[in-house]
Amino acid sequence: MLIGLDVGGTHTDAVLLSKKGLKRKIKVLTDPSDLFNTVLSGLDLLLDNIDPLDVKRIVLSTTLTTNAVVQQRIDPVGIIVSSGPGIDPRLFRTGNHYFPVAGSIDHRGRERSPVDPAEIRTIAKILKKEGIKHVGVIGKFSPRNPCHELQIQALLAKDFSKIFLGHHVSGNLNFPRRIATVHLNTAVYSMHKKFFHAVKRSLEQQGIKAPIQILKADGGTMNLESSMDFPGQTILSGPAASVMGAIGYAPKDQDVLVLDIGGTTTDIAILVKQAPLLEPVGIGRGIYKSLIRSLKTYSKGLGGDSHVRVENGAITIGPDRSGPAMAFGGLHPTPTDAMVVLGLMEAENKESSLGGMADIADKLGTTPLKAAQTIFQTACARIVEEAIKIVDRINRKPVYTVHEFLEGYRIQPRKILLLGGPAPYFANEIERQSGIETQAVPACSVANAIGAALARTTCEVSLLADTELGIVAAPEEDFKEPISKSYTEEDVIERAYALLSEKALKSGSSPDDLEVEVIEFQKFNIVRKFSTQGKIFRAKLQVKPGLIKGYDQVYTQLNKNNDGTPSGAEC
Amino acid sequence: MLKASKKTGLVFFPAFDWAIDPTHPEREERLLYTQDQVMEEGIFDINGIEEYKPDLVTAEDIQRVHFCVPDEAAITTQSHLISAGGAKAIARAVMEKEIQRGFALIRPPGHHAMRVAHGGRGFCHINMEAIMVEYLRQEHGVKRVAIVDTDCHHGDGTNDIYWHDPDTLFISLHQDGRTLYPGTGFTHELGGPNAKGTNLNIPLPPGTSTEGYLYVINNTVLPILEEFKPDLIINSAGQDNHYTDPLTNMKFSAQGYAEMTRLLKPDIAVLEGGYAIEGALPYVNLGIILALADMDFSSVVEPDYDPVRLEQTSHVTDKIKRTSDVINRYWSQRKELRAKAGTHGEIQQRNREIFYDTDNIFERQKEKIRICRDCGGAFEIDSQASTGNHVLCVHIPLNACQDCIDAGHAMFRNADMDRYNRAFLQDQTQDHYTIKQS
Ligand SMILES: [Zn+2]
Ligand SMILES: [Zn+2]
Repeated sequence: MLIGLDVGGTHTDAVLLSKKGLKRKIKVLTDPSDLFNTVLSGLDLLLDNIDPLDVKRIVLSTTLTTNAVVQQRIDPVGIIVSSGPGIDPRLFRTGNHYFPVAGSIDHRGRERSPVDPAEIRTIAKILKKEGIKHVGVIGKFSPRNPCHELQIQALLAKDFSKIFLGHHVSGNLNFPRRIATVHLNTAVYSMHKKFFHAVKRSLEQQGIKAPIQILKADGGTMNLESSMDFPGQTILSGPAASVMGAIGYAPKDQDVLVLDIGGTTTDIAILVKQAPLLEPVGIGRGIYKSLIRSLKTYSKGLGGDSHVRVENGAITIGPDRSGPAMAFGGLHPTPTDAMVVLGLMEAENKESSLGGMADIADKLGTTPLKAAQTIFQTACARIVEEAIKIVDRINRKPVYTVHEFLEGYRIQPRKILLLGGPAPYFANEIERQSGIETQAVPACSVANAIGAALARTTCEVSLLADTELGIVAAPEEDFKEPISKSYTEEDVIERAYALLSEKALKSGSSPDDLEVEVIEFQKFNIVRKFSTQGKIFRAKLQVKPGLIKGYDQVYTQLNKNNDGTPSGAEC
Repeated sequence: MLKASKKTGLVFFPAFDWAIDPTHPEREERLLYTQDQVMEEGIFDINGIEEYKPDLVTAEDIQRVHFCVPDEAAITTQSHLISAGGAKAIARAVMEKEIQRGFALIRPPGHHAMRVAHGGRGFCHINMEAIMVEYLRQEHGVKRVAIVDTDCHHGDGTNDIYWHDPDTLFISLHQDGRTLYPGTGFTHELGGPNAKGTNLNIPLPPGTSTEGYLYVINNTVLPILEEFKPDLIINSAGQDNHYTDPLTNMKFSAQGYAEMTRLLKPDIAVLEGGYAIEGALPYVNLGIILALADMDFSSVVEPDYDPVRLEQTSHVTDKIKRTSDVINRYWSQRKELRAKAGTHGEIQQRNREIFYDTDNIFERQKEKIRICRDCGGAFEIDSQASTGNHVLCVHIPLNACQDCIDAGHAMFRNADMDRYNRAFLQDQTQDHYTIKQS
């Protein structure tokens, strides 16, 4: 059996799955001040009367890192950056212990100026004096050549217990994001370690031997050991859990919009033939901007509990939430109240909802029922508009070859999958407005936990070969080998595939779930003085985010239990 | 988060799958390291810097500018259409005020492509800037445009296209034509009789450094721009003046390019040449982007930059000052020069020979223009090329007076179709292109 547990802002959802279907699901309130207890009490409820040895896999998705970043409860850490020409590295300062240093590597990975060991030793002394335990080291172009990061690491090794290096986080180029990513990993490391070791101990005490997997922002998992080197990857795993929860209902050969309608926001994601779209560089949102592999998700400030107002004679919804709906004791009208008044959903306190609608109706000069209808339709319209805008934006993304320009894939959603508490009530109206077949996912209030439980282990490998310099390297994997001039495209792919498989298995993947794809491949002749001096190959391979094999019946069962009734009962 | 003071848009179209031929300087790899540098700097994460996808230009877009012989499809590839479309996408975003400035980092380049185009010259087939400018004029009502071409080669294509247009100020700074392709662009080349003085060519001696370039910008280009009062300034931002460029002999630097951009304040910059793809382009392009966005560029310095080695000799300095004075004098006398160039209503003829080095084509032109004091004047070009094509090209400018419109129509009507394979009428007043076949 599998366990999936997703800690959300308000609720924590957990499920127990067998190959035959959903065995058990629970929902507990999240205590943001004690996530450890939240997780444990969730697991306790789930495992009541279950033989611990039957549990084969546990996947956890938590808001631990996200909360720490938002609340700025992260460790002070030392950050050392070497940059060379370009934008002034002082502009990317991460905190009080930030040191731009000598040394420069260029775009092809050649050293242009050396590291100054004396400078690094001096910084080590300062950091030690200031009580800093963990240090991050980031070099510009280190994914092309990590030698400076490694050299600085060697100089620091005896003074610090954990040192994070820039070239380990991603093969993608983006120096400011590399700094931010290493800073995040370094700054949440001790908290992450303490938390998950405690969870692990506690599960062991209950007799559970299954390995713990942690959900990442890309909708894949990694095991506890791997997570210690990349704790930042657990950030924003919540939206990823939801998207993974929808995949089981997506048609094999169509594009699908996934809308997760929550209390405050609606998260929007896209599936292409059952594979979620990924951010090209890494998480792109505000304070989380980084090289962390992530699903492409967009957040719109509109949910069931959004504050509804009348401004200049027109209805506005959100982007803020001012407490729960009036039907559930809140003070301000919300789309949920509109749905209660329209009879779409049940609530004990329908009178309060009516009061809220009457208030809006007064300002609009109409009846409460009409006001509720307008609010409900407007909310759906906004969500549909936003989703269509996002598809357009993705289809307009820049391309760098004539081929891509002419043949580039265009997303055309043929189905909408809805998740989240209010999803079933929205389905019909969203289908009507968008003209796209819309389905609220069965068991949609715990679909996120199911998604987590079934998420594959994912990872990515970037390989560079430069036959002029005579090297093939994957700096992320600490791999480097000499090559001859005759190294071919096939050699590149074969080598990258081997590295990727090894990495995936080490991160906890089962050999059955290695669904590998080449996500980037480039080949260039290096021409100097009108003759070809060599070739550059760049390849990027990934284990695609998706669901582990052998659990198709879970979805068959959920779909069956759900037939007939308009997507409602399960939520 | 970093923030651009001027909202800046970039089109990045490196055409990683297109080359003139595998070992040609104009090949797939050309913008690879520039892209690496731009990505590594996190340029697209800067608040106020937007990346745009190129449009695809149509035959109609090209027909506003060129007479393609035998037709547009024959002399362009998809890559040309996307490259020109990159410039167009940026121009549209500037006009729609989504951005304040734009930079089209595109290839292939275009500034050697002339009005009549039988094939490729100097790696260029169609003129990206001109296609963009005529689009702006037809669809966004732009009138007066200044194009400052800072590529190291004379922008002879753009110069040719705007030779008769008094509403386009074309200024080219380039290495002296006696020492570099295409061998033209001398100070006395000032434009046709209807536009004398709005074409300015500033040849610079080999060995010109940042100091020399900035001297010309400050002492000639900026004062003239100030007087011309363009609606829009465009920079043909070639990067082959760089001290490491393999095709040229100048001593310009990334800092120099960035400073020049800061001074010129172009609304739109369009990449042209530049073949030091590892040592120069990554730094020069970064410098230009930061300067356009009005951000600090002081740390954008080539790894091997050595200002002492890049100083220009006093001989070079003196020569540049003299050239600058000559241009300033021509500019101040432009009205007199134009008056002396011909009498209103007369027809003047000019004969030219043009060589297309990229496609190895030879062309002979006989051009007849109506001298006009009310507009840019209608003209016809009788063009015969070694490909066997012989065509008549008639141009009626956008601001044409009625007499010139009538004259242009007469030229087209009277085309002797026994002599020509085709005759073309490019009527900018109607935004219309007509083809007559024999
Ligand atoms: Zn050039
Ligand atoms: Zn006229």
